[in-house]
Amino acid sequence: MIRPPRFFAALVWIAALALALASTAPRAQLTIEIIGGGGTTVPIAIVPFAGEANYPYPLTGIVGADLARSGLFKLIDPAGVNPRPARADDVRFGEWTARGADAVVVGSVTPQADGRVEVRFFLLDAVKQTQLAGFSYVVAPSQFRPTAHKIADIIYEKLTGDAGVFSTRIAYIAKQGPRYELLVAEADGYNAQVIVTSNEPLLSPVWSPDGMRIAYVSLENKKPIIYVQSLATGQRQVLANFRGSNSAPAWAPDGSRLAVTLSRDGGSQLYLINADGSGVQRLMSSAAIDTEANFAPDGKSILFTSDRGGSPQIYRLTLGNGAVERMTFDGSYNVSPRHLPDGKGFVFVRRDGGRFNVAIEDFATRQVQVLTQGTIDESPSVAPNGKLILYASANGGRGILAAVSSDGRVKQRLTAAASDVREPAWGPLPK
Amino acid sequence: MHQSSHRNFRFTLWAGIAIAALLAGCQTTQTTDKAPVEERTPSTGATTPGAGTAGTTGSAVTGTAAGTLGNPLRDPRNVLSKRSVYFDYDSYAVKDEYKPLIEAHAKYLQTTRTARMTIQGNADERGSREYNIALGQRRADTVKRMMLLYGATDTQIETVSFGKEKPKNSGHDEAAWTENRRDDVVYAGE
Repeated sequence: MIRPPRFFAALVWIAALALALASTAPRAQLTIEIIGGGGTTVPIAIVPFAGEANYPYPLTGIVGADLARSGLFKLIDPAGVNPRPARADDVRFGEWTARGADAVVVGSVTPQADGRVEVRFFLLDAVKQTQLAGFSYVVAPSQFRPTAHKIADIIYEKLTGDAGVFSTRIAYIAKQGPRYELLVAEADGYNAQVIVTSNEPLLSPVWSPDGMRIAYVSLENKKPIIYVQSLATGQRQVLANFRGSNSAPAWAPDGSRLAVTLSRDGGSQLYLINADGSGVQRLMSSAAIDTEANFAPDGKSILFTSDRGGSPQIYRLTLGNGAVERMTFDGSYNVSPRHLPDGKGFVFVRRDGGRFNVAIEDFATRQVQVLTQGTIDESPSVAPNGKLILYASANGGRGILAAVSSDGRVKQRLTAAASDVREPAWGPLPK
Repeated sequence: MHQSSHRNFRFTLWAGIAIAALLAGCQTTQTTDKAPVEERTPSTGATTPGAGTAGTTGSAVTGTAAGTLGNPLRDPRNVLSKRSVYFDYDSYAVKDEYKPLIEAHAKYLQTTRTARMTIQGNADERGSREYNIALGQRRADTVKRMMLLYGATDTQIETVSFGKEKPKNSGHDEAAWTENRRDDVVYAGE
């Protein structure tokens, strides 16, 4: 059964953004490779869609690459199956189970009179011999990449039970010589677009919950100042430029306010500020460093880093009553907390000996699991489905990005030719 | 974009832990701070620019040889030309050796009320970028607080932090880190 193109609006938005940004040449584009995997993978055969060879974008190639990169799928080669099925009814299940495939994807690309293209696809369970999903989209050929990501998202969700994040975008900072760039790319590293260029450091990019704006810190005026920039228009405005340092922006889940760290009243302290820079309000008063705020998904509490206990540790502030509770106890340096999207825990960076690694803590059990094994792993950012954590690492003296699954099993490395990359921020699911 | 599995993953993990243990061992043997020691010239009264004079040029400086250009902030023999205060790892405590320097700048601000300065705090490359911004900020704030005790006024000094973002020494060893845990004093107009 074919359902209506419910994601069409999102596709139009992504395409519009791609066009708006297309004037900037891609630089510091990321290449993603899987460097460690494990656990069970779903064997899946993705049959090239009928008619897709008439277009420059390898639609099913993008779908397959997305799924393989997640580390949760094993691609089964469809070569030699003749004729190639293009509709659910064409699939002879025995052919696929014999190749070891548990799932089969078939589809077609059909030109329309208005120049657009109808993309149809079917996801089938080869073992149970049932259809799991069937969709059709009418899109311009230029929208093949977002369409492929959307198809990969549906397959991922149907087969793993979790939302796919292939249609999301990531932001990161690249340093090339003395030049700093803030870039936004598709989650697979493609279509990297420069959003900001500066000869002074840029850091701490964070996405607004609607994916329309990015807040970041720039040292271009010889001090940390927080800016908010619209991705659609490229226009930016100062969010916080008070006496002293202004840093560590964190969006509230409703996008109306941010938590920031300001030193304007002495010391690094947490404040709330409206997204237009008005209405500054102090959150707490302490004699210690309080910074790196991160809102809980329900907006009712904030995790932050403080050295109020003598060493940097992670604390939770309940906004309703001002109660503060220490969340990390093991080790002398636990920093950079970021909530998991389900609100059940958080990732952070811990120092163990001389190494810095990304770890995950469960709120209910207070159990901590160290997820990474690098020397300098920092700036974790959680995918909106909670399954992957993007972070900054180093390889051969160069900054790279890496990703690890929240169970520690799947590991990816993201490198950009000829530049240091750092400060990753995973964008929200497209609305 | 190929997929591969690492059978040696467990081995690599343990090797990593062993290396980490070695590194941790090494770290405990690191010598303490070998930051350049600033000259300990008694600084009280070293500079006597006329109170209320505008700007930082042309002021009379005692204790310098005749013929020295008039700017005490630039005179290499004047403690006011020393601008950096160095800190230990994860620390914002000001070591005694820097107190004369801090006092000299404070007295200069006290006698040159129009002078304005920024204290820029810095951190070494280890640890969170944002936490290091806060740590550098505290290093700057600490020196500012001392200057206020020595007679400078609040409006004369802005403290900011570059965290680990602008290292003076781009190396990745103890010598570089030592150099990068630092406050720099910069006067307005410099």
